[in-house]
Amino acid sequence: MGSLMLIAGLYVFVLALFLGVELITKVPPTLHTPLMSGANAISGITIVGALACATSAAFSGSNILGFLAIVLATINCVGGFAVTDRMLKMFAAPSKK
Amino acid sequence: MIDFLVHALYLIGAGCFVFGIKKMSRVRTAQRGNRLAAAGMLLATVATFIALGNVNYTWILAGLIVGGTIGAILAKRVEMTSMPELVALFNGLGGAASFFVALSMFGSLYWDMLRDESVEITIAETIGGASTGVALALSLLVGGITLSGSVIAFAKLSGKMKGAPIILPARHAINLAAFAAMIVFGGLAVFATTGAVITGILMYAVLFISLALGVLLVIPIGGADMPVVISLLNSYSGIAAAMTGFVLLGARSGSEGALMLIVCGALVGAAGIILTGLMCKAMNRSLLNVLTGGFGDTGGSSSGDNSDYENVTSYSAEEAAMLLDGAPQVIIVPGYGLAVAQAQHAIAELDALLEKNDTVVKYAVHPVAGRMPGHMNVLLAEANISYDKLFDMDEINGEFKNTTVAIVVGANDVVNPAATNDPNSPIAGMPILNCHEAQNVIVIKRSLSPGYAGIKNELFEYPNTMMVFDDAKKAIQEMVKELKELG
Repeated sequence: MGSLMLIAGLYVFVLALFLGVELITKVPPTLHTPLMSGANAISGITIVGALACATSAAFSGSNILGFLAIVLATINCVGGFAVTDRMLKMFAAPSKK
Repeated sequence: MIDFLVHALYLIGAGCFVFGIKKMSRVRTAQRGNRLAAAGMLLATVATFIALGNVNYTWILAGLIVGGTIGAILAKRVEMTSMPELVALFNGLGGAASFFVALSMFGSLYWDMLRDESVEITIAETIGGASTGVALALSLLVGGITLSGSVIAFAKLSGKMKGAPIILPARHAINLAAFAAMIVFGGLAVFATTGAVITGILMYAVLFISLALGVLLVIPIGGADMPVVISLLNSYSGIAAAMTGFVLLGARSGSEGALMLIVCGALVGAAGIILTGLMCKAMNRSLLNVLTGGFGDTGGSSSGDNSDYENVTSYSAEEAAMLLDGAPQVIIVPGYGLAVAQAQHAIAELDALLEKNDTVVKYAVHPVAGRMPGHMNVLLAEANISYDKLFDMDEINGEFKNTTVAIVVGANDVVNPAATNDPNSPIAGMPILNCHEAQNVIVIKRSLSPGYAGIKNELFEYPNTMMVFDDAKKAIQEMVKELKELG
């Protein structure tokens, strides 16, 4: 990769780390479990890279690895967001009474 | 034009993640936050489809359908008490997905090297340059540790493997050697002119050593340190995604989403790091102390534990109920035993009954109660107990003095006064919930067996402590029954 690309990537990485620290310090302990499962879902972003790894019909090593990556990343996204939603629904319920 | 659209969608998606996490800082907005983040993921996926354009979608669709179905079933079926296992599993899958992508990228680019076998060249010179090569090695390293470490954490949490630490002789030397080997092999693979075949072997060696290292790192860590391990693996799964992002930056195709992986990986990495820090602080131990493991492996199974106790008074649920009847304020202290006994609904019933008798009921939650950060809060929420009755350690510790009864349900080390009284105790300096300051303490516990630290709990001998020896759920149900008869 070009060195400018790498440097831009590093800038983005470090700034996003700072942003994450700022945002997440404000999450109260009550919500730490949903925060973690939500973070799990977000780490399913690997799906974006995985999709590009299985773009032909061939039965090749790259395609199989890509397929596996898509399966795992999709489990993370779908499962992570769904279970977080299920938990947060329970947190919201008592206050409605 | 298409490029612009794709990147606009990615940017909006990244914004959804940021604002979604921001909304997670309040219970009232958290659900909307999570849905916003999910919308961001959908946008990112759509953007990727647009970027890919007209390709063969056979494998892609198959993967999405299989993964989506498994994910939906897992999310729907899992018991709230099993959330730590599920999160551990998801951590592992995240790590695996990341290094699969990196391997797939490596594989397709690697052919160029093989074809060029006449010339001895290095990864640093061909596959996207040195930084891509380094990112590739790091992605395999972090992803591998995340996968195998999470599998062990999952096995320990779900009881498929014993929670007790497994201590290998010379484990620190083995771990250091494995780590050094990975750095050397990775470095050789990227920078040395060893020829394509050996380069490939070296890269796979990095992956296999990292898988072994993940196992070695987690087996010596005991059950009650799992909140730290899960948080740390959560962080690793983010870092692995970010490293894969750097691999994609150098790829010839499919590099459009690289920055998304870097951004999201960093956000997840930060979340895990912060939670890890909080958990360590709540145990007054350094991360290194937790990770080197073996904490509390002296006690546990030794049979002489019970005889160490003197003046322990055992009571029945009926006597406990009489104490609760008419008490102005009760504080409930939940611990891992509550999750094991699935006692959250019984507690909700007791709570409702006490409130009907004009008793103020509050909950004191220690940061490391349970097996993951916030574990107790989720269980109590499941039983419809309002989150505004739940208090952190610092908020509630001053209140025990004015409390008639503190009920300890399945917690042990986090209420042991030895942490403050005895400077020689293994848990000295660990912040605890000051239950012993309450006028009466009811401890519901199956036996006098020690907690995770493997030491005796002075609280059980205090004159104001009533021990109720029973399963948490059964004991509380009996208290509810007795209270009803009294009222």
